[in-house]
Amino acid sequence: MKRLVGASVPLLAALAAFAFGAIMLLALGASPFEGLKAIVDGAFGDGDAIAATLVKAMPLILVGAGITIAFRASVINIGGEGQIVAGALLSTSVALALPDLPAYILMPAVLIAGLIGGGIAGAIPGALKAYASVNEILSTIMLNIVMIQLMNYLLRGPMIDQAEIDAGTRVPTTRRLSDNAAMPDLVEGTRLHLGVPIAIVAAVIAYVILWRTPLGFRLRAVGHSPEAAKTAGIKVKRHVTYALAMSGSLGGLAGALLVFGSEGQRMTTDGSSVGFTGSAGFNGIVAALFGGLHPLWTIPSSILFGGLLTGATAMQRVLQVPAALAIALNGIVVVFVVSSGPVRDRIDAFLDRRAKLDQTLRDDVSDGSSKTVDLDQLDLDNQTNITGADL
Amino acid sequence: MRNATKLLLRLLTLFAALALITAACGDSSGDDGGDSASSDDGGSSDDDGGSSDGDGGSDSDLSVAIVAPSASDDLAFTQSMVESVRALGIEPQITDGTFIVEDAAAAIRGYAEDGVDVVIAHGTQYGGSLEEIAPDFPETSFIWGTATDTKGLDNVYAYFPEAEQGGYVNGVMAAQLTDSGTIGVVGPVQAGDAVAYIEGFTKGAESEGATVNVVYTESFSDVALAAETAEGHLANGADVMTGTAQMVVGAVNVAQENDVLWFGTQANQTDLGSDVVVASQVYKWDAVLETMFSQIEDGTLGGEAMSINLANGGLAIEFNDGFDLPAEVKTLGEETVAGVIDGSIDPN
Amino acid sequence: MSQFFTLSILVATLASGIRLAVPYLIAALGETIGQRSGVLNLGVDGVMLLSAFFTYWTVLETGNMWLATAVGLGVGLVMGLIYAVVTVFFHATQGISGIGIFLFGLGFSELMFRKQVGAPTPVDKIAEVDIPLLSKIPHIGELFFQHDLLIYFAFGLVPIVSFMLRKTTFGMNISAVGENPQAADSLGVSVAKTRFAAILLGNLLAGLAGATLALQLGLFQGNLTNGLGFIAVALVYFGAWRPTGVMVGALLYGMVQATVNQLKIQGSIPQSASDIAAMAPALLTIAALAVLAGRIKAPSALTRPFSRA
Repeated sequence: MKRLVGASVPLLAALAAFAFGAIMLLALGASPFEGLKAIVDGAFGDGDAIAATLVKAMPLILVGAGITIAFRASVINIGGEGQIVAGALLSTSVALALPDLPAYILMPAVLIAGLIGGGIAGAIPGALKAYASVNEILSTIMLNIVMIQLMNYLLRGPMIDQAEIDAGTRVPTTRRLSDNAAMPDLVEGTRLHLGVPIAIVAAVIAYVILWRTPLGFRLRAVGHSPEAAKTAGIKVKRHVTYALAMSGSLGGLAGALLVFGSEGQRMTTDGSSVGFTGSAGFNGIVAALFGGLHPLWTIPSSILFGGLLTGATAMQRVLQVPAALAIALNGIVVVFVVSSGPVRDRIDAFLDRRAKLDQTLRDDVSDGSSKTVDLDQLDLDNQTNITGADL
Repeated sequence: MRNATKLLLRLLTLFAALALITAACGDSSGDDGGDSASSDDGGSSDDDGGSSDGDGGSDSDLSVAIVAPSASDDLAFTQSMVESVRALGIEPQITDGTFIVEDAAAAIRGYAEDGVDVVIAHGTQYGGSLEEIAPDFPETSFIWGTATDTKGLDNVYAYFPEAEQGGYVNGVMAAQLTDSGTIGVVGPVQAGDAVAYIEGFTKGAESEGATVNVVYTESFSDVALAAETAEGHLANGADVMTGTAQMVVGAVNVAQENDVLWFGTQANQTDLGSDVVVASQVYKWDAVLETMFSQIEDGTLGGEAMSINLANGGLAIEFNDGFDLPAEVKTLGEETVAGVIDGSIDPN
Repeated sequence: MSQFFTLSILVATLASGIRLAVPYLIAALGETIGQRSGVLNLGVDGVMLLSAFFTYWTVLETGNMWLATAVGLGVGLVMGLIYAVVTVFFHATQGISGIGIFLFGLGFSELMFRKQVGAPTPVDKIAEVDIPLLSKIPHIGELFFQHDLLIYFAFGLVPIVSFMLRKTTFGMNISAVGENPQAADSLGVSVAKTRFAAILLGNLLAGLAGATLALQLGLFQGNLTNGLGFIAVALVYFGAWRPTGVMVGALLYGMVQATVNQLKIQGSIPQSASDIAAMAPALLTIAALAVLAGRIKAPSALTRPFSRA
């Protein structure tokens, strides 16, 4: 029974958000039913719509899965925007520098470059937290600002399309990137491209790493009980850095896929991060939360939110209601989900662990020998249990 | 094992709910053609009645859609296009505020799939996407700007304003009106027609002996920064200012506050500061749209770049009637316009 | 370059820095109060956007700036109420529910603006009030005594908040529940009530910060703040949870912006350098955090919900 109540939480949150959306539409003089119809049609109405939704969901899946990894190690990552940009910049540079490589080399190369770029952008706040006790919420937000400026500088200067300079238009955009790096279309006549399955596979890999590998075990051990993990010989600081680096690398991969799956096959900015990322760095947090902070659940959850975002653009076209409504609804979903019971309990547990982690990081490495804990005794499986499907 | 079952159950619940919603709402939608037609009605009835007053003898029955990065009532770039299309007696479908290039691309593709005759991609930054989309819809005509070439596509028209012309005229007049000899310019990102306007303005003002300080704020949207930049110009002694793109509203407000004169561009900005706006260069895209539309009706879907300028009436200097402009300055402005048109003045 | 150092330009640049610092300062002071009680609020930016819109809209409709300021404060209060219920009673994760508030504010303020106003319509800006006599002092007067009331008020808030936090019972309760809620609770201090009040006060100031932005610009548009609220949160860490430290941080931030702006006007720095310069405050904050974090301790119970065991 309790499980059943738990399962309804995200749906209730969604219903509450929809109720608010309906009231807003009424207040704005539009019919809520037409609004909903426009959103659902626009998001799932036909093959094109579904393809657009999946493409919109792609970065959310990746950022969301990354959020989950960080969360399991008791760190919070709000740097998705910056990590997406970092991954995009590095992968774009690779494609600009080596355009003639054959596709079977170039395509993996740009994806790896994306992973590395985002990984670096994640590792910096990770290391700062681990070794200098810098709050990662703050450092990731600051790095978002830095990355946006770096993008503006590079796309207006070193990486700009020479044709833009020649024509005097100077739009901050790269030249068309090599076709060998482009994500091939999967379904003729729609926007669905290889990036979408890549994102899904990456989320599954994140799941496997977290729950089926020694590295994942150590990460979760650090998140679950840093004291015990440290006593058992796990290098806590290093793993905190790993967690944010891995989290960031998934964001970076999203950045690479955004560039090489884009209509224009180039990286373009309007001076803000939103113009490039579509706020995926923030919306990915929403999707991850809605998916109960589990990498696999992030996938359907991201598709739903991708649908909401795609549908809202369609609704703007049909009803002249600004798509900003979708952003407001996203916010409401977040507030409802995090205030609701089961998630709340789990997050409470997370916060306890997090406080322990902070404490462990502050304590200088003293005596690991005095007490020994057998890691196998740690109730990590129980953690798996709660996180599995109790929502 | 139990986990797996629960996982599956939850997934099913989610998608069942989704399917229900889709089914409940989807069955009444009908085919796509009817859909877009009804949305067209929705669009025009929602907007003001201004669509009917522009029926000045145009016999065009093309369906037109506009995709633009800022709001359709921004008193600047996007509004100039919407008004131009309406001036030709056509009520366009509009997707505005799509500064996310991928969203704009989706909208452009969406209109083309809906069977709209003409899709206007009103943003230089949309070019990369258009290059990929246009070949997929050979029956649809795309109009893209501001751009000086059609990327070799024969169903794409390009348009651009020779904004340096009005910039030059504004600059010449501004130089007459400054007492301090210093003029401030608030620019957005250093790209597109902003550069043309600002360079023309600078040349015009400098030809009359004024000093011009140019700042690109690096943002099309940050009104606060535009306002602070204007304050900075004032501190440097500027007593006449100009600027371009939608974030200048912040700067015009500073000008109004401090009784500093302002020259506008893109749209008539008199409403932003009725006491201080001297004149605005106004984009009247209908000068080239009319030609494009009639060529499209004759079956030529693109392949040509056209510019609006003072000569073809696509650019016009509109004065603020509420501002007491000395007659000799106005005359000089008009003479400069004539000089640009007959080629005796080169604003480039 | 030498032109920059003419006295009047220098004074104007510093005055511009003071103006730019004010929204950061007010929002960061509010955030300081909340964080001292153990509650992180990442929704400041969203609250500012909402309050800025409603303040602007009120001026547009009524022309009454006092009423508009009251409306802005009211918006802050309402959002504070929501955030307090969510974080204090429902124990929602603070970092993430704040993002929810931010997204709501971002979306809703833009939605309202697009539907209710649409075209950019300037309204009167708040007037400068010259302090008698003092404003006549050459340069010093322009720098310090020719600002609008909200700017004087913002700087007046610094000692007030500082005094409140250190000397009043309420302020000491705030610190107590932020450092050790269990101990405070056992001493009979209501953790929930104290945090509730601190959040309300913090959001009230976030509302004032948004109202200030709208009144000083006389304008609104979507995402008017451009992430200003997030920087305000960072400034709290930068200022080590002390109002004076926060003020120094806000002024530094404002001054860097004003100086870059001034150098651009004079053409002293190339355009590309301004992108790099725009990174400076964020990089500086990270560096400051790295240096300070080891030495200055955050409120121990920050981001941790409290419930009686």
